[in-house]
Amino acid sequence: MSVSSTPINRPIKSGWWNSRTFRRFVRHRLAALGVVMVILLTLVCVIGPYLLPYNDLYIDLRARFSPPLTGYHFLGTDPLGRDIAARLLMAGRISMLVGFAAMILSTMIGATIGVVAGYYGGRIGTVLMRFVDAVLSFPSIFLLLALAAFIKPSPIMITVIIAITSWMEVARIVEAEVRSLRERDFIMAARMLGLSNRWIMFRELLPNAMGPIIVAATLTVARAILLEAYVSFLGYGIQPPLPSWGNMLNGAQQYLQSAPWLAIIPGVAITLAVTSFNFIGDGLRDALDARSDLN
Amino acid sequence: MTRYILNRLGQSLVLLVLVSMIGFAVLNLAPGGPLSQFALTPGMTQADLDRISAQMGLDRPLVVQYADWFWRLLRGDWGRSFRDSRPVLDVIGGHFGATLLLMGTATVISVTIGTWVGIKGATKRYSIFDYAATVGAMVALSIPTFWFGLVAIYIFSLKLGWLPAGNMYTIGNGSFLDYAIHLIMPAMVLALVDVAVWSRYMRTATLDVINQDFVRTARAKGMTPRRVLMKHVVGNALLPMITLAGLQVPTLLGGALVTETVFTWPGMGRLFLDSLGYQDYPVVMGLLMFSAILVLLSNLAADLLTAFVDPRIRLT
Repeated sequence: MSVSSTPINRPIKSGWWNSRTFRRFVRHRLAALGVVMVILLTLVCVIGPYLLPYNDLYIDLRARFSPPLTGYHFLGTDPLGRDIAARLLMAGRISMLVGFAAMILSTMIGATIGVVAGYYGGRIGTVLMRFVDAVLSFPSIFLLLALAAFIKPSPIMITVIIAITSWMEVARIVEAEVRSLRERDFIMAARMLGLSNRWIMFRELLPNAMGPIIVAATLTVARAILLEAYVSFLGYGIQPPLPSWGNMLNGAQQYLQSAPWLAIIPGVAITLAVTSFNFIGDGLRDALDARSDLN
Repeated sequence: MTRYILNRLGQSLVLLVLVSMIGFAVLNLAPGGPLSQFALTPGMTQADLDRISAQMGLDRPLVVQYADWFWRLLRGDWGRSFRDSRPVLDVIGGHFGATLLLMGTATVISVTIGTWVGIKGATKRYSIFDYAATVGAMVALSIPTFWFGLVAIYIFSLKLGWLPAGNMYTIGNGSFLDYAIHLIMPAMVLALVDVAVWSRYMRTATLDVINQDFVRTARAKGMTPRRVLMKHVVGNALLPMITLAGLQVPTLLGGALVTETVFTWPGMGRLFLDSLGYQDYPVVMGLLMFSAILVLLSNLAADLLTAFVDPRIRLT
């Protein structure tokens, strides 16, 4: 008995680039722009520092407060005479890394709580979702700052704290999605086969809720970059000499009159990065949401 | 209706207990816990610390400590500030008005502009205006509030000299105009994010209403498009916005904190940061709980108001 498959009875496998989701995503021009921007920003931050003549910690005292496009420093220097271009790129690495890591962690927390609450429902589900509501009652910046001030700040701790204060949206989305998936036939079938609850939750339910999770995760990167910028700007986030886009702005206000570029340049970088991730998230939502065909 | 109100009140109480548990957990996360204020004092021995700990009741089981803390929270005994020994609630009360003024003004601005942009975007869907509003809202959501504040100060205070760069009033000049001039810039900066959110939701809500049968009937009767919009669409589209207004309060409070820092506005956000700087933990904790309770109350108020104006909610 030989199993030979002819091209006829083999299912036609179309690549992901051919899928409807992907085509709709590309059609979304802003999302495409966002992807290009994110790739560019990442490349510049990863490669850029090797190409610049200064590193981010080199102090050039004679060139303190140089405005952009004068002298040897392309984007000018800060109050200590450090090259802003070099710091901006190194800061980009930190800020985007923190944003990504916080996204992964918070998505994991949110998805786990959401899937457990949605699958079990009943008392467990109610308690978990009420807990989500309770955490959401605290303005996240208040909670974030209090935790950052109480716990010794290191880049890893900041990432963890940001994740702790931004997993709730994902949990809500996953819970709603799982609650509607739970009644479908394939879950009934999985139960009848005697699969364990854990298998059903993480191997059957979660993969089917992936669309909304990816959208929420993309928007969480944007949110995490913003939150990191806030806490670092206020002095409770990433600590100098390690640069981040937020802490480059710390202290910029007192030089607003004499050296406005100190405030403007990092802010533009933050806005670019956050806008790009928001564009991507919005495009993904349109592409993954079947209902968007109707409007 | 009574049943709905009681139900909703019960939910809020459950949330309050959960919120207080989270608050208590955060309190115990502070380095050295509630003892941290003494730990740094020179000449303090471990025996002294143990004695103070017993005096403050910190040697009791955590559950008892929590119950005690929660009971005092309910009675309004929120402890005293480390900085000036004033009761925490008094300190917060002294800063609450400024924040309320800022948030109120920002909300009025964002509701006015956001509603207009949302309705116009929905009625002229896929126009250049709609497209620009969509992109504009996304960019507005991406700009860090504090940075936008810095740029605004740079342009309107330092370059143009039109508006003051900070504070709530000029010392020795408490006139209404003086307050208003100081209020404009922080309120606009704070409103930016809210305008974006509000206009997006208003657009969706208006689209939902426009496609309903009663709007078609009104049009078929021969009503002018303008009257249909004013009489049938806007009111119905604003209904879900009441809930949104409640849900936006935490964002608004967080935004107020950042805005107040940049504009040295003497509100709760500024107080929060100052207290963090002084390690004044009772005030920090007080503000955390106060803002959470404020959020709970505004969500409750929004839901009750919706039920009051929309009979469909009450019946379900």
